[in-house]
Amino acid sequence: MNAGPRVSRRRLLGAAGAGAAAVAVGGAGLGIRELVGEPVATSAVPFHGVHQAGITTPAQDRLHFAAFDVTTTRRADLVQLLKDWTDAAARMTAGRDAGPVGAVAGVPEAPPDDTGEAIGLAASRLTITVGFGPSLFDRRFGLASRRPPALADLPHFVADNLDPGRSGGDLAVQACADDPQVAVHAIRNLARIAFGTAAVRYSQLGFGRTSSTSRSQTTARNLFGFKDGTANLKSEDTDLIDSQVWAAAGDGAGWMAGGSYLVTRRIRMHIEPWDRTPLVEQEAIIGRDKGEGAPLGRRHEFDEIDLAAQGADGQPAVPMDAHVRLSHPSRHGGAHLLRRGYNFVDGSDGLGRLDAGLFFMAYQRDPRTQFVPIQRALRDDPMNEYIQHVGSGLFACPPGVRPGGHLGETLFSR
Amino acid sequence: MRSRPVLLVLTAAVLPVLAACSSPEAGAGKAGPITVTATDTRCTLTKTSLDAGTHSFAIRNDGGQVTEFYVYAEGDKIMGEVENIGPGLTRTLPVELPAGRYQAACKPGMTGKGIRTALTVTGEVAKPVSDTAELAAATASYQRYVEAQSTALIEKTGEFVAAVKARDNAKAKALFPVARTYWERIEPVATSFGDLDPKIDARENDVEPGQPWTGFHRLEKDLWVAGDVSGDGAIADQLLADVRQVVTKSKAVTFTPLQMANGSKALLDEVATGKVTGEEDRYSHTDLWDFRGNVDGSQAAIAALRPVLVKRDPALVATIESRFAAVGRLLDTHATRTGYKLYTQLSRDEVRALAVAVDAVAEPLSTVAATVAKR
Repeated sequence: MNAGPRVSRRRLLGAAGAGAAAVAVGGAGLGIRELVGEPVATSAVPFHGVHQAGITTPAQDRLHFAAFDVTTTRRADLVQLLKDWTDAAARMTAGRDAGPVGAVAGVPEAPPDDTGEAIGLAASRLTITVGFGPSLFDRRFGLASRRPPALADLPHFVADNLDPGRSGGDLAVQACADDPQVAVHAIRNLARIAFGTAAVRYSQLGFGRTSSTSRSQTTARNLFGFKDGTANLKSEDTDLIDSQVWAAAGDGAGWMAGGSYLVTRRIRMHIEPWDRTPLVEQEAIIGRDKGEGAPLGRRHEFDEIDLAAQGADGQPAVPMDAHVRLSHPSRHGGAHLLRRGYNFVDGSDGLGRLDAGLFFMAYQRDPRTQFVPIQRALRDDPMNEYIQHVGSGLFACPPGVRPGGHLGETLFSR
Repeated sequence: MRSRPVLLVLTAAVLPVLAACSSPEAGAGKAGPITVTATDTRCTLTKTSLDAGTHSFAIRNDGGQVTEFYVYAEGDKIMGEVENIGPGLTRTLPVELPAGRYQAACKPGMTGKGIRTALTVTGEVAKPVSDTAELAAATASYQRYVEAQSTALIEKTGEFVAAVKARDNAKAKALFPVARTYWERIEPVATSFGDLDPKIDARENDVEPGQPWTGFHRLEKDLWVAGDVSGDGAIADQLLADVRQVVTKSKAVTFTPLQMANGSKALLDEVATGKVTGEEDRYSHTDLWDFRGNVDGSQAAIAALRPVLVKRDPALVATIESRFAAVGRLLDTHATRTGYKLYTQLSRDEVRALAVAVDAVAEPLSTVAATVAKR
């Protein structure tokens, strides 16, 4: 691995004195060499560790997610790509350029090994999380026998209307950051490194987090206008994280120990009909009040949901088909999900309506006993009148990278 | 059109050493011309063991199809070529061959890898040894390529123009993608000369309001959309005159290795932005012919630079060659008896596969310029 000169984009920012605009103007005049050896950005999330970053990391504000088709048939090329991605991810998450040379330090005849749009931007808590789709475990790379049992193809769920062009993928990369340009820069450079080995199948921008994954965060709202993720698994719940998120050595695929399974669903929201729905009906569908986010029948957001409570009319306070009731862990043997979804608006649909919704992402130890039964239970959710699942992905995200190692090392090491 | 010109700095382009390398003595080698008899199935040479030096090949087409003749060095680097040898015709080709192993190829129907015969060249005229000499040889090799393509471009454009003026729409439609193939192979060179490129190759939306729209695509629209070229005589004449002018200018310039490398990349950019999107030939949908032309031209520039590149970065050469081969195999799957499928006949997945294959070669190819520039 070539660590290269340690050019910190954050230091570039600091040296310019004030603001990104000043850097954009003054950046070219700054000698890159002056910056060599400077400490990396303080807003950096460590890349190396037992688990990949970007799962229990407090959810960042922005997402750029990309699924790739592997286009080579040579296993060695695929492993080399994972090594190259590891090097680039380690650099970029530290707030440095994607390549060892950098955006402006190379020879003039060569295209730069970093695309440059993140010059002057901080690390912005960028995390890069990589996963392997079921289709990777075919005959091409000799991985068929190593497919984890938990990576079983998702079943068809009632009302699914999946676009193959927005579903599946051999590889997935989730780039999350507090700055949208930093997240886009990460995917762009990783896609560039992949040319000839893997090609982007689809990608998704998310502009606002819909889940909090730490008690240090406030609960954000989805595009229905409701707080989303109040009852989400939080990184502070270490026992639940261990039992619900991280795969263990004895789970059926030893190489996944310390990893996690990611389910992605592109959920289109029919925003306009929803907006014409009376407040009382919106709240009944969700099972929470819209302002505070408290469970119906309770007062505060983090009050426990009381599924037995009755209203003055003798009816259940939380309707029998409310979203929070149907998905409640008590109905699924205690199964939780670590949700990490993002709102998206991909322009409009040509019919005068926003192409908007939720890019749902959830990490878990075994989708067969977590996402699948929960999603099945949502079959009769009245919310389904206002949403449609149009894309789907399932990925085995391997354990974290040790210093000197690479993404997927436990899978490819033998 | 639209590619950035690669020849902006023409004054700096002349390498003094070229003069020595690129002027093979006229006429045949000592033993007289080597006769090549080409048929639709055979390619026979009167001699395959040659002394180093300049040789003249006389190619006679005894077949029923139009043919081409090539002399290739390792990696299909083109040492010399003649295109468009009609049935019954004989053409001569002078080629300077240093000692080494070569292949002669006839291409009946002008497609495929051709019918190959090994040539062995031994003797005194040594291969260039220094880097500088090798780079000079590379530019000379590419110069030969541009000249051969230019000659064919004038011929085929002339036939196309004649068909338009004769109001033979069917013939003109058949010749349109053929003539354009030669244009596309040398596009970055041809686009270097100011306003000639837009006059020849502008699409309707490239033209300023109030300016006349001329060139290939104007005739394309009249042929395919209106089905009427009866008023296009002047436009047809202008096209041929403009093409002649481009060719004259192209033959007069000398390339630097860096320009070749950048031109090679520019050709793949053309594919990525214009051909793979179906924008280039929006009325005829013959984009895959242009696609192949761009790829051929890009590959020719790399092949000419190969002796230098292979010393400096053999892994890069191997990657580029295998990925070019993948593009070629993919294009072959869309070949028809007369050329290529229409763009509109391709599925979305097929278009994506082509785009992915072009990206795969373009990315490593973008580093060739720096490799060439390295001292």
